[in-house]
Amino acid sequence: MNLEFTYTVDPDDFTRAGEASADIKKKLKKMNVPHEAVRKVAIAMYEGEINMVIHANGGIITVFVNEDFITMVLADKGPGIPDVEKAMQEGFSTAPDNIRALGFGAGMGLPNMKKYTDEMKIDTVIGEGTTVTMKVNL
Amino acid sequence: MAKFNSVRLDSDKCMGCINCIKRCPTQAIRVRDRKAYIISDFCIDCGECIRICPHHAKLPVYDPVSVIHDFEYTVALPAPTLYAQFNNLEDTDIVLNALLKMGFDDVFEVSAGAEIVSEVSRKFINAHPEGKPYISTACPSVVRLVRVRFPNLIEHLLPISSPMDVAAIFARRRAMEKTGLPADKIGIIFISPCPAKMTSVKAPIGIGRSEVDAVVAIKDIYPLLLPLMSDSNDNYDIADSGKIGISWSKSGGEASGLLTDNYLAADGIENVIQVLEDLEDEKISHLDFIELNACPGGCVGGTLTVENPYVARAKINHLRKYMPVSKAHDVSDTNAIYLDREIEYLPVFRIGNDMKDSIKKMADIDKLQKRFPGLDCGACGAPTCRALAEDVIMGRATERDCIYFLKDYIGESCNISEK
Ligand SMILES: Nc1ncnc2c1ncn2[C@@H]1O[C@H](COP(=O)(O)OP(=O)(O)OP(=O)(O)O)[C@@H](O)[C@H]1O
Ligand code: SF4
Ligand code: SF4
Ligand SMILES: [Mg+2]
Repeated sequence: MNLEFTYTVDPDDFTRAGEASADIKKKLKKMNVPHEAVRKVAIAMYEGEINMVIHANGGIITVFVNEDFITMVLADKGPGIPDVEKAMQEGFSTAPDNIRALGFGAGMGLPNMKKYTDEMKIDTVIGEGTTVTMKVNL
Repeated sequence: MAKFNSVRLDSDKCMGCINCIKRCPTQAIRVRDRKAYIISDFCIDCGECIRICPHHAKLPVYDPVSVIHDFEYTVALPAPTLYAQFNNLEDTDIVLNALLKMGFDDVFEVSAGAEIVSEVSRKFINAHPEGKPYISTACPSVVRLVRVRFPNLIEHLLPISSPMDVAAIFARRRAMEKTGLPADKIGIIFISPCPAKMTSVKAPIGIGRSEVDAVVAIKDIYPLLLPLMSDSNDNYDIADSGKIGISWSKSGGEASGLLTDNYLAADGIENVIQVLEDLEDEKISHLDFIELNACPGGCVGGTLTVENPYVARAKINHLRKYMPVSKAHDVSDTNAIYLDREIEYLPVFRIGNDMKDSIKKMADIDKLQKRFPGLDCGACGAPTCRALAEDVIMGRATERDCIYFLKDYIGESCNISEK
């Protein structure tokens, strides 16, 4: 059986960024998911969620859960990522100063998402949007 | 392990209003048949429901002061918060002497235990930097919260007993040496700011048993001490702690005793939860120490105290002025003060027996939640529509506890009878 959760990520409200990953964490903890996996999902999804708010005008997150793995699909209609390889480098960031002032923009989000998941794929089209798919094995 | 909760309900006083169910940080309270009840597995004894209940129907469990007659020889263990209850106190000896006049045979300050804990913690953290950040284990509610909700953080809990338990170990040793009495004739009596400490005595975590024999409330002792407080006659020099020890009564006090700036101190259970969430998600890094207190302002905000926490804090600051930084303590034999039992994750919020079962139940809960109106009105006795959906799927409630479902149900039965 597959379980599916859907979240809409609001682009304008910084104070609410992180709500989706917080909710997933709460649910997974109730569900016999090994707690190390819960932590990985929460950290990776939070980074992806913040990226959607900062770089892509929000979007939709869908999380699939089954007995073998958890898949997170983060889809946005933002500007797309011109050079994915570069974006994946630690420290690379295009975040503007006002965002950096909030403590974001260290260029560690995407590298962390890769580090904390077992598989990660980025599909991006300039001007159309980005879909990040991440998988954590159980 | 023994299960014990020190926050209970007085069903005679409970009006079945829903103030408490919304306020409980672990959603442990439900109202059924017009009376609240606490799901004890979920309760961490934080005291929030005691604070909010307008009908005083939440009963903290602790011992009556008369417990001192149960022992041949008694030692009072005053929590440093006790000092924060009195106006213009400039010398803790006045309080300590009053405790003797009240009938205790000896006193051992918990603030002295706290200074020992501070010293041992400093050494431990320096010797084991790999475990940073360490989370304080002094507040029993916080330890219980971590145990049921933050399995990933258990390994960060500082493996050192609380000042109360440390003071109790040293107090009993001293009393036995002084009197030659066997251990069971000696009563080690903690004067507590909160019911959570009662829980940690009855059902300790991390140690096999607590050396504390009884827990009495600051608010019960306070009126008895007032008439005995004078600095004129029989003024023994008892005080055995300084600024570091008494500062443990307020948020930030424990951390400052570690002599590092690299710490975070949070108080109030909701703030504590937020910090633990962020810590688990690695949003906080590079800290040596995390001090967490369930009560607002720290232990001065405990539910068994008399004084307003903010006033109490100011009083502690005033009292500190006249004190040395710390007293010297004998910390040569400190093996007994380390926690020696593993703290295990208690997955009380788990809904299924295994992953498959959990997935199915989670799907059912989601489906049912969508059929509820989403008002979180509390009329069903559960804190949110989501919580009711979970209760129904877990067999703790029925759909018809929701008044909207009930309305439809009544409507249907009327239609049937009309036909
Ligand atoms: N969903 C997205 N849409 C468009 N661009 C993105 C998206 N996610 C990441 N990027 C681009 O990739 C860069 C690197 O992302 P990454 O998350 O690693 O760092 P950051 O968000 O800039 O900083 P940090 O995550 O450390 O706060 C971003 O600065 C941005 O240019
Ligand atoms: S003591 Fe705290 S956890 Fe227990 S029922 Fe009351 S509010 Fe909930
Ligand atoms: S903060 Fe202090 S008074 Fe409050 S529950 Fe924790 S130990 Fe007790
Ligand atoms: Mg980022």
